[in-house]
This record gives sequence, structure tokens and C-alpha cells, in this order.
Amino acid sequence: MLRQIVIIGSGPAGYTAAIYAARANLAPLVIASSVEFGGELMKTTEVENFPGFPDGIMGPDLMMKMQAQAERFGAEIVYDDVLKLELAGDIKKIHLGDGSVVEALAVIYATGSEYRKLGLEDETRLSGYGVSWCATCDGAFFKQKKVAVIGGGDSALEEATFLTRFADKVFLVHRRDEFRASAAMQDRAFADPKIEVLWNQEVAHIYGDEKVTGIGLTSTVDESETTLDVTGVFVAIGSDPRTHLIHGQLDLTDLGTIAVEGRSSRTNIPGVFAAGDVVDPTYKQAITAAGSGTVAALDAEHYLDDLPADLIARATAVPA
Amino acid sequence: MSSARDVTDASFEVDVLQSDKPIMVDFWAEWCGPCRAVSPILDKIAEENADKLSIVKLNVDDNPQTAEKYGITSIPAMYVFKNGEVVKRVIGAKPKPALEADLAEFLA
Repeated sequence: MLRQIVIIGSGPAGYTAAIYAARANLAPLVIASSVEFGGELMKTTEVENFPGFPDGIMGPDLMMKMQAQAERFGAEIVYDDVLKLELAGDIKKIHLGDGSVVEALAVIYATGSEYRKLGLEDETRLSGYGVSWCATCDGAFFKQKKVAVIGGGDSALEEATFLTRFADKVFLVHRRDEFRASAAMQDRAFADPKIEVLWNQEVAHIYGDEKVTGIGLTSTVDESETTLDVTGVFVAIGSDPRTHLIHGQLDLTDLGTIAVEGRSSRTNIPGVFAAGDVVDPTYKQAITAAGSGTVAALDAEHYLDDLPADLIARATAVPA
Repeated sequence: MSSARDVTDASFEVDVLQSDKPIMVDFWAEWCGPCRAVSPILDKIAEENADKLSIVKLNVDDNPQTAEKYGITSIPAMYVFKNGEVVKRVIGAKPKPALEADLAEFLA
């Protein structure tokens, strides 16, 4: 079956694109991911800066509402993963994990970004055994323990604050001497008696055989070394765009995000549009992702309007 | 949540350690999003391999002793037990093909 539009990704960008595409009668299919549907907001607690929610809203609840809104207007959601993409030509092919191949006239690529790793030797080995990228997921296992959060942005400070619900002590380790997090988050962190900020420190080692027993820090000022006795290390140093599926097909910017024309979502391949964190190296907010999802849906709608009638007829034909 | 049978701190010895065939314990909690995401996949794997591998689940909030005994620090954690010993650890929600690859030796 040839679809008019397939949306890859189910974060704010993907679902907002789905809402707009569905309301334009484009019958979008959203490939939501088998285990990571809902995107990064599924792993956060209170979202206080998404406009329209003066009392805040839990991340998973916000994503459930976005999904419900998309489905209300006719978007179809499939909980599978994309294994391969063939984007050239009029008919794009999307290979799914269950072995099926979906064909579409237009594709919106909104796969978001994934957590950056420190790149240390024992990081992967101890992942899940004390090394974590998700405080809300794993924080509960560190009741009354000492943990470290690595990073200096909103995510790092939010994770540190969240972890104080469980841990006795949270070291907030940052390689510079000031945070880039919002003033509100910084105030909260500085006021918390359980949080101790360690400035100008980089993580050089993660210690532990079966699980984390500590981390080794190196000062960025004088290269002195210290060891922190912690049993949990939460890495919150940013994220990188998920572009592996389109390497060799879509152009990337110098920062590794998908290149789009000006403020549109148009990539170098006609009929392929990109939205959300995978396009944005700078702002990466739920609301900016949602906004870019709208842009992609409107760009895709415009593109479909200009396609030859026979192609559209094939995609909108009612099955016999 | 998953349709797998619940095991508890009290029933662990009999239900898991004394199981006569390989048995996987899915450590989960109500607040764990990725646990919810992986549970239908585990149900499918259990259904397709009923004769080779049993899958049961243990709520870590209700059963902290077992969770602590096996050093659980991240969920979902799927531990395969054989003859009372942990023989395989899988941490984190993964798509079905990836989980099947991790469990290949038990599904053969």
C-alpha cells in the first residue's frame, strides 16, 4: 500500500507533524519505535516550560496527550523500528523491524537525538551497573547512596535535583566554572543541601568490577586528580542527532544535524523533510521540536499538492 | 503490564531458584516507562518459546530484598536463572530482535 506520508519518530516533532498531517487528510503513518516511543520526554518527570501547562505536566503524560491528539484526527501509529530507508525518487521505501516495507510519497524524519557518552573505557561495561543516562529511570536504586551527575545544562541540573529525592549526596561535576542551565534550575541546585558542585572537573575513570564503586576526576585547571566514592554516575552531557539511517542519503551540517533549507524542513531530497532535535543543534526543547514538526507537515503537504495526480491517486485509492 | 506471572521475595526460592528449566526474571516497577515498553515484547517471546524459557516478573518496589540481593541498579533488568544461578543479564528495554539475540542460547 502506498501512503501519502510516513513520519519516523514519536517525540514532540513527530506527533505534532502527525496532528497537522492528519488534519490535512494525509492519513499519516507514524513509525513510533518499538521501545523508545514518545522520545526523550518519556524519561523525564515534571515538564514546567512547555507552554499551556501552568502547573507543569509529567513528560509521559504530555506525550500520551500528543499521541491521543494525533490519533483523534486519524494518524496511525505503529510500534516498530526503521531498519533501512530508501529515500531517492518519488516512492520512498521504509524497511521496518517486522520485515515489512512501507512505501510513501513523503517522509518526515524526526528521530531526535540520543544521549552523549563520556567515551570512557568502562562506561559501556558498567552501563546499567551504576552508569546511567536516565535519573528518573534508575534513581530509585540509589536510596541513601552517594551519586555523581556529570554535566552543566538543564538536564544535568534537573537530574541532580531529582536524585536528591533518593540519594544522600549528589555531586554535580562540570568541566567548566559556570553552568549553561537556566537561572531557575541553577538557583534550585545551589539551594539544595544535598548537592555539591564540583567545578572544572572532568571524569577520567569509572571504577568498579561488577558495579560502579567510584569515579576519578581530573581538574581542568591544574590537572590534579581526585577520586569520588560514588555508586551511581549519571551522565548528562548533551545529546547527538540520530542520523545513522540517512547517512549517505541526506546532507548533514557541520554539527552533524540534518541540513534543511533556511527555516523550512526541506532536505536535499525532494519529498523528505526533517524536524525536531535531529535538525536542531542549539535549542532542543520540546516546544521548538513541536514547532518544527508543524513546519515539516506543512512543507510535506505543499510538496504533495504539487505531485502528479496519478501518484496521489495511487496513494489515496481506497482498497478494494 | 506484562502477562508474565509475578514472583515475590517470598516465592523466589521455589519459583525461580528451583525451576527445572531456564527462567528469566523481568525486574520492573510501576514508574518505569521502558519497563512498560518492553513488557509486550517479553510476552511475545515467552509465548513463542514456552517450552524453552519461562518468563516471570518481579516488582522491585514490592520486593526490595530480591532486587538488592541481585544488585539491581537499573530497570528493566532481565536476568536468566539456570539451576538457581544467574547465567545471563540483559539491562534496558530493547527491540524484539535484539532481545532474541541476547537470549539466543536459551531459545535455540
